[in-house]
Amino acid sequence: MVPIGHYLVLSGLLFAIGTAGVFLRRNVITLLLSVEVMLNAVNLTFVAFGRQFGTVDGQIITFFVMTVAAAEAAVGLAIIIALFRHRESLSPEAFTNLKW
Amino acid sequence: MLETLMWPLRPPQNWWVAYATLVGVIFMALQLSAAVMVYFERKVSAWMQQRYGPWLVGPLGLLQPIADIVKLFFKEELQPKAADKVLFSLAPIISVAACFVAFAPVPFGATTTLFGWLEEPIALQIADLNVGVLAFFAVSSLGVYGIVLAGWASNSKYSLLGGLRSSAQMISYELAYGMALATIVLLAGSMSFREIVDAQAGYYFGMIPRWNVFAVFPFGLVAFLLFFTAGVAETNRAPFDFPEAEQELVAGYHTEYSSMRFAMFFMAEYINMVTVSAVAVNLFLGGWHGPFLSPAYGWIWFLIKLAMLLFIYLWLRWTLPRVRYDQLMSLGWKVMLPVATVNLLIVAAGVIAFGL
Amino acid sequence: MASDLILFYFFAAIAVGGSLLVVGQRNPIYSVVSIVAAFCGLSGLYVLLEAPFVAVVQIIIYAGAILVLFLFTVMLLNASREDGAEWDRSHPYYRPGPTRIGAVAAVVLLGQLIWTFSRMRDLGAGVGEAAPAASSVRLLGRVLFTDYMFAFEVTSILIIAAMIGAVVLAGKKGN
Repeated sequence: MVPIGHYLVLSGLLFAIGTAGVFLRRNVITLLLSVEVMLNAVNLTFVAFGRQFGTVDGQIITFFVMTVAAAEAAVGLAIIIALFRHRESLSPEAFTNLKW
Repeated sequence: MLETLMWPLRPPQNWWVAYATLVGVIFMALQLSAAVMVYFERKVSAWMQQRYGPWLVGPLGLLQPIADIVKLFFKEELQPKAADKVLFSLAPIISVAACFVAFAPVPFGATTTLFGWLEEPIALQIADLNVGVLAFFAVSSLGVYGIVLAGWASNSKYSLLGGLRSSAQMISYELAYGMALATIVLLAGSMSFREIVDAQAGYYFGMIPRWNVFAVFPFGLVAFLLFFTAGVAETNRAPFDFPEAEQELVAGYHTEYSSMRFAMFFMAEYINMVTVSAVAVNLFLGGWHGPFLSPAYGWIWFLIKLAMLLFIYLWLRWTLPRVRYDQLMSLGWKVMLPVATVNLLIVAAGVIAFGL
Repeated sequence: MASDLILFYFFAAIAVGGSLLVVGQRNPIYSVVSIVAAFCGLSGLYVLLEAPFVAVVQIIIYAGAILVLFLFTVMLLNASREDGAEWDRSHPYYRPGPTRIGAVAAVVLLGQLIWTFSRMRDLGAGVGEAAPAASSVRLLGRVLFTDYMFAFEVTSILIIAAMIGAVVLAGKKGN
């Protein structure tokens, strides 16, 4: 049997990898992909705990997380397309107008 | 003496051997069905066009698919210099893998002991998942990746356009596809293929079989037509094969492929056709139930119904003109999606009201 | 070793390997393909956690829809490989301030995690041995449409808002 600690460590590891991706990548699309990795790590934690306590609530929350992730990916990519039309660049460094 | 000769044909020693044999048989049968479909496509199209199809290679041209395979095998394996090496090889692998895995939850016969040859009955299905219908849908939506990566990896504008168009078409028709599946799941109350087929045993009024295509008449029929049309669009077959038509985009996403990789795409398309037809037979046409035969022979009825649906696939290809791409997309979004939604709502209302 | 544990390590390796490739290598198309592989690994983990519906929905929605959207965007915007030299020149990672603060924060976080895991009991028991599995689709639907009905309806409004937003933001000016 797989102890719950394994699932939590895996989920933490995936979350950390996703966070590292958000900080390190220089391409906004890959940045969004790292955010998706983080969301999936959270999903895994929810389902693992849902199974631990024998309820179905963990799986229900994953539906909502997936739906929100889909909506966020769609709008995020639309924003990226609009920004690309403006600046012809996909690097986060190119959009620093509001930086003081 | 006879016993030692018949030793390879002895019953399987345990369940694992029987199961492995079943998986091997289904794998071989799917590949063989691709070859059979190649032959029948050419023969049926020829008969529809009032000419002979292949008739020189072997009796009645039956060795034609083997000749095709040998030809493809011996062609030179080309790869454009600017193509993305990893993705170029990965794309046909994804296509073929997706279509084989999609057939895994699909049953083609009742649980049988093969007339007492086996000790315990084996289900004629690789995996009886309790979310079988959804699993089939999920894996066939992974087939999009094979096409879009093929279009990109070839690094040529025709391929890229063909790949993008083809995958946009596939994901658009997945909506109507999924709604038709949802209608059937609603009617049967389960997502397992075996339970859906078993719910279609028996007859209404002793005459009309209790198939889902006749359920909640005419909404089951509408669901079947939607599913089949979306299936034709999903497998990129005519009349929805704009992205890969020879006259339009120089064969679209598989322009730059040759020899074995092309053979894999080719085979993936035919196996996808067989899988979609098999699922349609199971969900709508009663699977392996039929008159005059006991359930142990149900797979014969399954094959007959499968052959009928595959013939309809060929019939559609060689009768109807190709649908232009913008008409195709507007058909998917503006006609099929609303019809599928309304159909689902009416069937849901019917299930609640009449407790079907 | 139990077969569950072997399968867990197999799927976990795929998930972690895929995520590392997403973050670590430079071609954005390879990132999308690796994340598809990672999500398929995660789907296998959900099956191990006796949540088959979530596993299948993960493939349909994430691998089959969201990532196809990502792939289309990457192809249409023709996102190129990230340039290594430019990365070295301009990345804040190479400036001293953020690196030092980041290193301190990472050490603090790691210390906290180790402290938390060392305090966990029940680390030895298998997942869910205390309570029976509750995972039929019927039960899921029942709970979703009774206890979580409001969230469900709000989600549908969210999706419509996202659709309209995406069309407006990415549409051409003439429309």
